[in-house]
Amino acid sequence: MSTYLGMPTVRPMPAHAPDEPLRWGQSFPAAAHDTLRDTQLRANLRKATHTIRDKRLAVTAELPDWEDLRDAGAGIKASAMAALPELLEQLEASVQARGGQVHWARDAGEANRIVTAIVQATGAREIVKVKSMVTQEIGLNEHLADAGIEAIETDLAELIVQLAGDMPSHILVPAIHRNRDQIREIFDARMGDAPDGLTSDPATLAAAARAHLRARFLRAEVAVSGANFAIAQTGTIGVVESEGNGRMCLTLPRTLITVMGIEKVLPRFEDLEVFLQLLPRSSTGERMNPYTSMWTGVTPGDGPQEFHLVLLDNGRTRALADEIGRTALHCIRCSACLNVCPVYERTGGHAYGSVYPGPIGAILTPQLLGIGGSGVLDPHDPAASLPFASSLCGACYDACPVKIDIPTALVHLRDRVQHPPGHRARPTVWSVALGFVALSMRSGRAFRWVGRIVPVLARVLPRRVRRLPFPGSLWTSSRDLPPLPRQTFRDWWSAR
Amino acid sequence: MNARSTVLDAVRKALDASGVPDPGPAPRAYRVEGAVAARSTEAVDLFVGRLEDYRATVVRTTSAELPATVAAALSDVTSVVVPAGLDLSWVREVREAGVDVQVDAAAAPRTHAELDAIAAVLTASRVAIAETGTIALDGQPDQGRRALTLLPDRHVCVVAASQVVGSVPEAVRLLAPHPERPLTWISGPSATSDIELVRVEGVHGPRDLRVLVVQDA
Repeated sequence: MSTYLGMPTVRPMPAHAPDEPLRWGQSFPAAAHDTLRDTQLRANLRKATHTIRDKRLAVTAELPDWEDLRDAGAGIKASAMAALPELLEQLEASVQARGGQVHWARDAGEANRIVTAIVQATGAREIVKVKSMVTQEIGLNEHLADAGIEAIETDLAELIVQLAGDMPSHILVPAIHRNRDQIREIFDARMGDAPDGLTSDPATLAAAARAHLRARFLRAEVAVSGANFAIAQTGTIGVVESEGNGRMCLTLPRTLITVMGIEKVLPRFEDLEVFLQLLPRSSTGERMNPYTSMWTGVTPGDGPQEFHLVLLDNGRTRALADEIGRTALHCIRCSACLNVCPVYERTGGHAYGSVYPGPIGAILTPQLLGIGGSGVLDPHDPAASLPFASSLCGACYDACPVKIDIPTALVHLRDRVQHPPGHRARPTVWSVALGFVALSMRSGRAFRWVGRIVPVLARVLPRRVRRLPFPGSLWTSSRDLPPLPRQTFRDWWSAR
Repeated sequence: MNARSTVLDAVRKALDASGVPDPGPAPRAYRVEGAVAARSTEAVDLFVGRLEDYRATVVRTTSAELPATVAAALSDVTSVVVPAGLDLSWVREVREAGVDVQVDAAAAPRTHAELDAIAAVLTASRVAIAETGTIALDGQPDQGRRALTLLPDRHVCVVAASQVVGSVPEAVRLLAPHPERPLTWISGPSATSDIELVRVEGVHGPRDLRVLVVQDA
């Protein structure tokens, strides 16, 4: 029996910590069924996504060449993918030439082992982290904890998620599912040095995080970061952020370890002029984010004197093999597609069961796991339901700064789930009916002949049909059949 | 096979399997020059307006008045750190006012704890972008190492009008000859949008950014 002590308890979201960061919980429809009942979550998401939408539109409309920048961003990413092997080798050489060490990791486990070994070699028991999607993807913190190393998240939202025991629910703002009152409760209950009388005012909460982390930054010997981009030509790595926690991690410790997906490489330094315009305006709706740090290997007397770059595959080459799905690798993780998505706004990020939620997650997650090119993901896997988690409204495509055609990729991946390469599907009522429709629409002549059946049926059938026999009853059980026309459009047109 | 060759091999196989042809060079129809001309009065006005949007404090001054402007921006602190390559005439008046001016030299760098205890830092800058209200530092002797502009809670940054360009591409091209220098781009004081996506100024980086724009330099 438990005793109620009058203290608010922080319940982690989702309730159980998942084993796999890319695939947890139920299928999307089942998980969404649960999250949709959380009215607080829906209110939090609605408020946050609507705030950011207006800001993004205002700052993108300000630039007369916004569409040209999107075209350039899409083009640079596409050509980088085509030259990926050469760019990765060039990046490796550039980083090594400037005193950095480069490591390659085939999968999450290998990347985790590499990072852990580097940290252990320094003797550090505690590391500070810059917000990074890729280290979420590989579950680095949990792996380090198993080795007795504490990873401290320093981004405010990541800190909230870490203290609450949550999973991230948004690419940019992992704690978007929590509102200010909930965050105050989390700090009160879980942050040992939270000041007394903490209020829900965002500025006060941010100040509490500053005080909490300052000593940890100053004593940190090792930092782990992700990368927003890496320039093959020069070996320059960039991290874009707002709070200054990134600068702290990238500047103060002696050792810096950067983990990046192989798709983040850009060919030339000048490419930054495109992405440093696209990314901030699309993500936080600002003309420029407060801080951008760029470094090239090791600079004597300035910042970390030991630098490691870990290049990670972890399913990216699977996605690259798919001619349509590969565009998911162009993503610069701005989260604009999440913020405009009507599905995401209502279900929240946890329904997607992956650290990559929302429209981009719906095409990226299943491909990292194996739908697409080599198609190994079981159609009954929860992640196989993700391409169906969309109304195909296309708002994500309009918002994407690198013009990833997410709706087309979703439809393509749906087909991959339904018809895995090498498997012949059993015919169903749907496939037979749609096959007939496809046949009738193949030529004008066929369509005319099929069209002539309709007025005949209209004469035979009653004007209003409420219930069709099976299998038509599957349709009429919840819908009315529209009255059949007595004349085809073609006949009406020629008699006009 | 080691991880390196396995990954590179997988990338090559994937490219072959996808059958996607090389798209060729990316279209680059975007603007290189900003709407306002570099170094123009309009560029400086736009730069100042953008910075004020971020809630940075901006003071316009002249090279003759700069020592007095610096002293005014530091009138309420007891200590300030400056990089070794800074023009020391800038701190003449602030020294006379009794503020402890510490020079961070490469031979005897201040520890992180010492920097954390200093109230303010004064530096020059490399280039500024009008359209985005951004200041870029590239770690040269008049700006110092990165920790210097990070730990003190107030950053007083001197920008000459001749350093203000219109657009992001102009700034990137100016910095491109030295990509090896550690770069820090600053657009206002530290901020966060992590609580309900509402912007709040003041987190880990300097909470107080004061930009002194020297109009005749």
